[in-house]
Amino acid sequence: MSYKMTRDIIKNSLVQKIEELSGQNVFDCYQCGNCSSGCPVVDYMDIMPNQVLRLAQLGATEDILNSETIWICSACLQCSTRCPKGVEVAKVMEALRSINLRKRIGTLDPKKIEIEDLQNLPPIALVGAFRKLTG
Amino acid sequence: MKRIGVFICHCGINIKGTVDVEKITEEIADYPGVAYIENYIFMCSEPGQKLIRDVIIEHKLDGVVVAACSPTLHETTFQDALEEMNINRHQLEVANIREQCSWVHTDIEESTRKANLIIKTAIEKLKLNESLTPIFAPLTKRTLVIGGGIAGIQAALDIADGGYEVLLVERNPSIGGHMIQLSETFPTLDCSQCIMTPKMVAINKHKNIKLYANSEIESIEGFFGNFKVRIKRKPLYVDPDKCTLCDDCTAVCPVVVPSEYDEGLTWRKAIYIPFPQSIPATFTIDTENCLGFNPIACTKCQDACEPDAINYDMKPETFEEEIGAVIVATGFDLNPVENMAEYGYGKYPDVLNGLQFERILSATGPTGGEMFRPSDGKVPKEVVFIQCSGSRDPERHLPYCSRICCMYTLKHAKLYKHKVHDGQPYIFYIDIRSGGKRYEEFVQQAVSEDGIVYIRGKVSRVYREGEKMIVHGMDTLTGKKIEIEADMVVLAMGIIPSADTDKLVNILRLNTDENGFLVEAHPKLRPVESIQSGFYLAGTAQGPKDIPDAVSQASGAAAKVLALMSNDEISHSPIVAIVNEDLCSGCGICVDTCPYGARELDIIEKIATVNDVLCEGCGACISVCPASAAQQKNLTDEQIFNMIRIYTNA
Amino acid sequence: MKLPYYPGCTLKANAANFEEAAMRVMKDLGYELQEMKDWVCCGTVFSMTNDDLMLQLASIRNLLRAEEQNLNELVVLCSMCYNTLQRAKKFITEDEESLDKVNDLMYKENIRYKGSVDVTHLLTVLKDRITFDRIKEKVEKPLSLLKIGGYYGCLLLRPKEFAIDDFEDPTIIEDLLSSLGAESIVFPYRLECCGAYQTITKKDVTIKRTYEIINSARKSGCEAIVTSCPLCAFNLDQRQKETAEEFIEFEQMPVFYFTELMSVALGGGWDKSWSKLHYADPEPILKEKGLI
Repeated sequence: MSYKMTRDIIKNSLVQKIEELSGQNVFDCYQCGNCSSGCPVVDYMDIMPNQVLRLAQLGATEDILNSETIWICSACLQCSTRCPKGVEVAKVMEALRSINLRKRIGTLDPKKIEIEDLQNLPPIALVGAFRKLTG
Repeated sequence: MKRIGVFICHCGINIKGTVDVEKITEEIADYPGVAYIENYIFMCSEPGQKLIRDVIIEHKLDGVVVAACSPTLHETTFQDALEEMNINRHQLEVANIREQCSWVHTDIEESTRKANLIIKTAIEKLKLNESLTPIFAPLTKRTLVIGGGIAGIQAALDIADGGYEVLLVERNPSIGGHMIQLSETFPTLDCSQCIMTPKMVAINKHKNIKLYANSEIESIEGFFGNFKVRIKRKPLYVDPDKCTLCDDCTAVCPVVVPSEYDEGLTWRKAIYIPFPQSIPATFTIDTENCLGFNPIACTKCQDACEPDAINYDMKPETFEEEIGAVIVATGFDLNPVENMAEYGYGKYPDVLNGLQFERILSATGPTGGEMFRPSDGKVPKEVVFIQCSGSRDPERHLPYCSRICCMYTLKHAKLYKHKVHDGQPYIFYIDIRSGGKRYEEFVQQAVSEDGIVYIRGKVSRVYREGEKMIVHGMDTLTGKKIEIEADMVVLAMGIIPSADTDKLVNILRLNTDENGFLVEAHPKLRPVESIQSGFYLAGTAQGPKDIPDAVSQASGAAAKVLALMSNDEISHSPIVAIVNEDLCSGCGICVDTCPYGARELDIIEKIATVNDVLCEGCGACISVCPASAAQQKNLTDEQIFNMIRIYTNA
Repeated sequence: MKLPYYPGCTLKANAANFEEAAMRVMKDLGYELQEMKDWVCCGTVFSMTNDDLMLQLASIRNLLRAEEQNLNELVVLCSMCYNTLQRAKKFITEDEESLDKVNDLMYKENIRYKGSVDVTHLLTVLKDRITFDRIKEKVEKPLSLLKIGGYYGCLLLRPKEFAIDDFEDPTIIEDLLSSLGAESIVFPYRLECCGAYQTITKKDVTIKRTYEIINSARKSGCEAIVTSCPLCAFNLDQRQKETAEEFIEFEQMPVFYFTELMSVALGGGWDKSWSKLHYADPEPILKEKGLI
């Protein structure tokens, strides 16, 4: 199915929200793919990090907000340090997570953590995951 | 009082779009001194100029203000129009209401008000303008070309063929530049040495060319048409007249250093000839590494030299030459990218830069043109080429596109494939820029016939695992993460101005851009000239470019020089400093301030003087003169104060 | 000499060995890590959204406590605390408006936060103040024969403005290990993320990461690796259990905190209780090399 583009769709309010939360201009990206090639967890993503930026440029915000990718990103910042254009891709990912989390959409339900894990996991893992993944 | 005509240009909608020209025409019509006012769509067009000429007669004008674009564009156009009507060209003033008004403002009311004031200041200045005649000076019909790469060589040959003398100064012991290091050249794949060496020989033989190799510019003085340049020639320590090129010296020299010509892939001795086809053809000693200097610890080469050509006591020589024009063709270096740790450059021997790979491909290179990798001499079967290594990376490296890498990388891959038929070249790229003549065809053929695989994406890292270089990349077209176990990796490093360009630029008083490249007078219409009169630019010193473009620019610069040399004298602007002898106390501050050496102190009269020919009219002496004795012609304090008064009182 | 010290939660639980070893080592070097009073969790992960200052409060409150206690510096062991405190401090003190707002949010505090406290990682203290040469002099049991790789992970190096060394080509951990007499090995995956908190929701991601990182170290000749992050340690060590279940050919590799190995080398010895906090048993290799 073709993706219909209009001037309203490009830079729609959600794209603006992403830019505001992340402080990044998604149009700085020239699609070199360095973010994706250096990403340590890209194998588990459904959309490559460079494609996230591309979809944002096209205004296709639903695709990225509903993607698995934004939850797989572990904020390791490899993409942000390597981007030749200085786009902090990790901040874009965080913005996308935040938009979801503020609607109480997350991927970690504390009640569902296995007991064994709960006993072994260090506080650093639990607090980190709650803050990044719990809506 | 002067009868002044004011002509306001619309510049299409460039001015009219934000400045209400009709309103201004009405407002200024009654301004004191204005005898006629008119506006027109394009003042610079022939009908526009005719309008000025006609009105000059009809209304008996003796001065004209054209309110239009910047004077750098059309001042001479309008001055010529005045001269045609027998009015001195200095009775023209341009009021810049485009660059300094309409282009930078959006509010019509405000920009109209500002344009009005700009025009009035021009009128005020014109009222006190004197009629001036140009200052003529003799022209030295000899040209200095700095840099003996392909651009410098081409420019030197063109000028010399035109019948004028050229001094070619090259910093290294041989001319040839980077082009002589190349294997074959895109897109025709002709051998670089084959097309380069005849030109180098021609330089050596040409009766109009004097070559200063191993030499550098120490200083330059004087002015457009009449410069004095000091050239320092570093000693070779080998007498070229005695040296028979027998090579006995290198056999005994105990010092081994990386070869510049082979980009560090091979070694040379401390006494060496850069490469067999060097021009001038002679050996030289590299004093930094030779053991024969401070203190003498070794004289093996001298002992071995049958014709007794080696002399450790040679001293640098300085030559003073008179010249009329300068072509700067100082070329490029590859970006060293020491901090490019993620690609392992400098850490792994099988990660090479583009020039090193050229040497491996070259028949005169370390492998005699056979494809072996440096670490273990094995034939690499999988080779990864990485474009934009350090280019187009404003965040960490060079912000600009180095222009030549797309094509040279493709050429590398092709030549590799010619040598290793069962090998596989991969090229990681972001965009393929193939805008030159027959470049796109070159790309397409490589992809469909030569089996070169292009992968669209940037490589994130390269590391060694055993004998392999592991390359992690991305194909952004499929979204696949790519991993290649390569035998060799070639980085298409970006290019930067050659080392010490900044120092030379200081000596020559030229401008560079934010990346250190020389700035042309106009990016489109004056691309081979510097804004400094008498200085011309050629080759990569002005910006990244390939051989055809460097040669074109060199020939263009040579044509400009030839046009200049066809004159018997040069004219110099009469807008220079003058001294009011009654006010001058002879304090001499102006003498110290003048960057052109145009101010001198008359010790007997105790006043400062101006050498009109040397004075560039920069105004530095005028602003420092404590007695206001120094004035600029047609920019006197009175004129400037009148202009300020008109502008600020409103 | 006393150094004000911020421990963080995990050093009081799963990474107690990290802290205990550090205390011993610093004492040997003539320093005392003096724990600051009334500290709280640092917030663990830095929040990267521009509009939410609330998310920075945990970090800032610790820095404010330090100011209250007249400390001008906090030495930190945990990579994550180091990273989060540094970034929160910069984010808040970068502009006066944020600083004011955050102070207004903390209106019940006795003082207003100024941003005067420096945050320093212990590795930086070892390198710049104590120096590796000095440490080398203090070595009693050189770790010779021990082939070991330094694992940096993310938080010591990124973002680059808070990198404790060159963010693409660091040597600080390798240099420390060399000064202890070990054969330090640079392995390709030493700067790569361990999967971090995905260890809860996407265990398969961290298992794969552990598999790749440990294998990369082994291929390069490492017998063990060291880290300074309790979360990396958890993923790379504790998750070796699941990794071995997932990849049958996977072999275990001990994961040390750098302070543990320092303790062994500087004569502070190995505490049996530390072994319990490891999954891949570190004792065999230490015994094999005659270090315990």
